[in-house]
Amino acid sequence: MITVDWATYAQLLGLVQNSIIAAAVLGVVGGLIGVFVMQRDMAFAVHGISELSFAGAAAALLLGVNVVAGSIVGSLIAAAIIGVLGARARERNSIIGVLMPFGLGLGILFLALYPGRSGNKFGLLTGQIISVDLPQLRLLLALSVVVLVALVIIWRPLAFDSLDPEVASARGVPGRTLSIVFMVLLGLTVAVSVQVIGALLVLALLVTPAAAALRVSASPVLVPLLSMVFGLVSAVGGILLALGGSLPISPYITTISFAIYLVCRLLERRLKGGASRRPRTPALAEVAR
Amino acid sequence: MTTPTPSTDLAPVLSIRGGALAFGARTLWSGLDLEVRAGEFIAVLGANGTGKTSLLKAMLGEQRLAAGEVLVDGHPAHRGHRRIGYIPQQKIVAPGTPLRGRDLVMLGVNGHRYGPPITTRADRERVDALLAAVGAAHYADQPLGSLSGGEQQRLRVAQSLADDPALLLCDEPLMSLDLHHQRGVSELIDARRRDHATAVVFVTHDVNPVLGMVDRVLYLAHGAFTIGAPDEVLRSDVLSGLYGTPVDVIRTHGRVVVVGAPEGDHHHEVVA
Repeated sequence: MITVDWATYAQLLGLVQNSIIAAAVLGVVGGLIGVFVMQRDMAFAVHGISELSFAGAAAALLLGVNVVAGSIVGSLIAAAIIGVLGARARERNSIIGVLMPFGLGLGILFLALYPGRSGNKFGLLTGQIISVDLPQLRLLLALSVVVLVALVIIWRPLAFDSLDPEVASARGVPGRTLSIVFMVLLGLTVAVSVQVIGALLVLALLVTPAAAALRVSASPVLVPLLSMVFGLVSAVGGILLALGGSLPISPYITTISFAIYLVCRLLERRLKGGASRRPRTPALAEVAR
Repeated sequence: MTTPTPSTDLAPVLSIRGGALAFGARTLWSGLDLEVRAGEFIAVLGANGTGKTSLLKAMLGEQRLAAGEVLVDGHPAHRGHRRIGYIPQQKIVAPGTPLRGRDLVMLGVNGHRYGPPITTRADRERVDALLAAVGAAHYADQPLGSLSGGEQQRLRVAQSLADDPALLLCDEPLMSLDLHHQRGVSELIDARRRDHATAVVFVTHDVNPVLGMVDRVLYLAHGAFTIGAPDEVLRSDVLSGLYGTPVDVIRTHGRVVVVGAPEGDHHHEVVA
């Protein structure tokens, strides 16, 4: 049994208040952008970007400059390379496959050369939100808000281009430009996520919530809403649970996120009655029930 | 440069003057003049690789012609023209794609708009009206991936009509549909042009499903083309002249079959 001293917990809560706010905003943004990551089939790209983001952050740590800035630079370089070279899914996957170990290796090299505390080192790979200082937290928050606002503005054309590119293009939606803008937004989101949950676990906030939401709904309103809620619950829930014990935050976040996904898969079975065929008429649907 | 002509009932909805299509050094056709008037139904026929789809893309402003100009409503064709509706061929929708029937139509209504994705009541009513017009209302809430090809193409028709187009561009919209749905979808398109005088340009490798609706045929062959009423074009002597080699046009059971077209891949025998 883990015993929780509530007085201490309340004190801790006050100390990590800013981290919780940052995690909450990231949960929301990650859930939203995750919907497009799924629509555009870019889960692997997210992982690739996060490894280069890690390399950038490690380089910044070594050079003694702003780690978040380093993370952003790494992210954007990866996003640009993937965006420019990997227009088609197959090309994209091979480019990411090539970039990812290179980025990870580079990051490990920088960390090996870094003379400081080892806690900082692994933080970049597995999460360190509590140790991020206030100015950096503000930067993470600002980035998240920028991504959120940009996503809301381009939402419909981006969805049109993701789901129905041929007709979108015929209707004058600038697919190429939107694709580049999306990669930049994704890069920024990944850079923020690397700080919160770590480069290796970014997918838990950028892919899992949206994947879970897609199991239970096909509605373009409900899917982003659910995904947002799942991301928020995972990120904030992870921090709140971790405060009670001595374990790091990231495993809590990934576990909550995964548990939500599992529940959604089970719900999907219930909702669809195990059958993949849709009922032909409302009357039949009643009978099937 | 021509001065834009005011849009009247007499002005052509679409006109191509001296159009030429080339990929690198290879010219597919040149000197193409075509005027399409309101309510006209033009079928574009020809084997694969004769530039049918590229011609359509030129009308959409997505493909640059090597020569000539394309005017839509008297103005040079450009991407995102609000008076053009576009129907692509049916494609497999991956299961789990977060899109229901009505969402596909909604993309046609407001998918190009920037800003907070708030659906207005007017948008919703527009989608309902479009769904009703193509008889798709009863399955509009099903995920797109669970619908049959014919059901999807009905939704495509609704989507293409979102902005009340003057010109409907269709790229093999009946491909991979069964006969029943071929008839249903082509009748929807035909009804639209009869009721609203919408001009239709219909790219197809098989003219038979729309043979009774077509006013004129644009037949593209290797490096050449001919334009005219179906009975003037779909004839052995005309197509033999076009191809420069004997070609038989056989009419049987109300269907037209072209046999012996030279560039044909095997399924060219049922081209027209």
